[in-house]
Amino acid sequence: MAGTLLFNALREAIDEEMALDPHVCVMGEDVGHYGGSYKVTKDLCEKYGELRVLDTPIAENSFTGMAVGAAMTGLRPIVEGMNMGFLLLAFNQISNNMGMLRYTSGGNYTIPTVVRGPGGVGRQLGAEHSQRLEAYFHAVPGIKIVACSTPTNAKGLMKAAIRDNNPVLFFEHVLLYNLTEELPEGDYICALDQADLVKEGTDVTILTYSRMRHHCLKAVEQLEADGISVELIDLISLKPFDMETIARSIRKTHKVIVVEECMKTGGIGAELIALITEQCFDELDARPVRLSSQDIPTPYNGNLENLTIIQPHQIVEAAQTIVREGL
Amino acid sequence: MGQDIAMETERTAVGTGLTGAHAERLSGLVTASRAQVDRDTGLALYRDMTLGRRFEDKCAEMYYRGKMFGFVHLYNGQEAVSTGVIGAMKRQHDWFCSTYRDHVHALSAGVPAREVMSELFGKETGCSKGRGGSMHLFSKEHHLLGGYAFIGEGIPVALGAAFTSRYKREALGEADSDSVTAAFFGDGTCNIGQFYECLNMAQLWKLPIIFVVENNKWAIGMDHNRATSDPEIWRKAASFGMAGEEVDGMDVLAVRAAAERAVARARAGEGPTLLECLTYRFRGHSLADPDELRAEEEKQFWAQRDPLKALERDLVSAGLVSSEDLRAIEKEIDAEVQDCVDFALSAPEPDSSELTRYIWAED
Repeated sequence: MAGTLLFNALREAIDEEMALDPHVCVMGEDVGHYGGSYKVTKDLCEKYGELRVLDTPIAENSFTGMAVGAAMTGLRPIVEGMNMGFLLLAFNQISNNMGMLRYTSGGNYTIPTVVRGPGGVGRQLGAEHSQRLEAYFHAVPGIKIVACSTPTNAKGLMKAAIRDNNPVLFFEHVLLYNLTEELPEGDYICALDQADLVKEGTDVTILTYSRMRHHCLKAVEQLEADGISVELIDLISLKPFDMETIARSIRKTHKVIVVEECMKTGGIGAELIALITEQCFDELDARPVRLSSQDIPTPYNGNLENLTIIQPHQIVEAAQTIVREGL
Repeated sequence: MGQDIAMETERTAVGTGLTGAHAERLSGLVTASRAQVDRDTGLALYRDMTLGRRFEDKCAEMYYRGKMFGFVHLYNGQEAVSTGVIGAMKRQHDWFCSTYRDHVHALSAGVPAREVMSELFGKETGCSKGRGGSMHLFSKEHHLLGGYAFIGEGIPVALGAAFTSRYKREALGEADSDSVTAAFFGDGTCNIGQFYECLNMAQLWKLPIIFVVENNKWAIGMDHNRATSDPEIWRKAASFGMAGEEVDGMDVLAVRAAAERAVARARAGEGPTLLECLTYRFRGHSLADPDELRAEEEKQFWAQRDPLKALERDLVSAGLVSSEDLRAIEKEIDAEVQDCVDFALSAPEPDSSELTRYIWAED
């Protein structure tokens, strides 16, 4: 079956946007000659030149700050974090300058930047390469946070992120780059602020994002066979949340489970359930459930790693419990 | 062990001279050349430095009278650097990047004193609409990339502006794109990673940027000689194959000449310059600093090199201006400073309904 791999879908998005707008450029470690650590910018350096696809020295905080300055003076940089975990080293530039500068400057400057790269727990990559920074960055004002999960939304979201005039943190997942899918024909974009209603259902709402979408789909198969009707929503936008879509679903099912790969404490689900409690309290027939990773550094050992993140059977069990027992 | 060596170095530095190595470097400095200026330029330099000095004096007064708040870092003593560098560049064409000690850079870049003072008062008419404050002055109109309050974080932002200049010329085909960026920061910043990372990238890509170190010897209470292994910052440029120069930062004509050389290099595509200006702040680190560590004799040494008085001597002895000309400028500046205070006092507060405005690009 012909189809497009997710990393190629991202590459197509960047290629098309670079062709459309000469102000769009890429900078980061090994994005040029090497084509990106996951080949998302393969051959773009040859096509657009070394200035537009800039190989930088290993200096995350500085090349991210350079992107801020370039954006303030008219360019539209895409920064690649070779591994999203490395962006901890650029935290100051992302927080103080990408996120806050438009506000502190009283609207003087806009910072049209995309910071993208592979995150999430892979296969035995060790703790430092298995980070879920979406929760760490969640409190930073002035940045949008999205997570792609399929080749189709990866391409459409990337194009939207590049065209957006705000800083966008764009999370990809190391284990999803080789997903294949037929892409829609022609130029299309996906809205950055809209959740994806993956599957309609009536008994329980499951909210998820990134790779956990696929764990949830596995769980849904079993649950459907078991007679439980699940409404599955991929959040897509982690900041701001698409509360309209989320609330509409909860008004229908009255039960909600959040499935996330980030750690439980201070995680995406923590904020999401707080908002659901504030906005949909009277609609809930059961306690909201959070299925999150353990609050530990991701261990190297494969068995321990599997125990750290949520597995499909845990989603099945949680859904059965909340639907059958109303707990 | 290492600590013992560092402390020994410090004792030696202080012990060999009346006021320490910083003053000795200045005393021993041979100025390569000083800018030749005509009467109009000389008056413009004096005007800019006087505005910087008197604006800051007024800030101290307003702070102590409870009209402005937060951390306020004044520039007194360092005026020759802002005026010397920015005066050698093109306003609203070149780009300027500052630190938390940014009032005078903003003024030199052409941001109206009314906009700067009302920002310090937190008013809607401020250059950052009252959202930024003393340490976060911004003006896109005047190409002020901003005041950055964390040490070193403005340097890569400035590098980005220099990158855009080259990008526009080479990737966008704008042949006339020749803007140069000046990044101002202090001696304390020269011990942080971003400084070195950006020197490397700037030289690697031959970006049109001037790294202007305002070495005033003190990072709050940390003596430069206690914080760094080689106090001669300009020499670090050589490690990157970059042009480096040290200059008497109390002498605006020397700073201007050095800046002209650096600007010419940058515009010609020959890359960046590390320019270390030996200077001194006449006040504490901020208005909240009790300033207990700096010796009186050290302060006296530098006070005798007040850059405004030095320029006056130069201009008068060259027969370009009379003392009366300069007194007249001071009178005009006093009126301008009073005007900006009156303006700021009567300016409106930001509308509370706009508390969340400017978070997103669309509003």
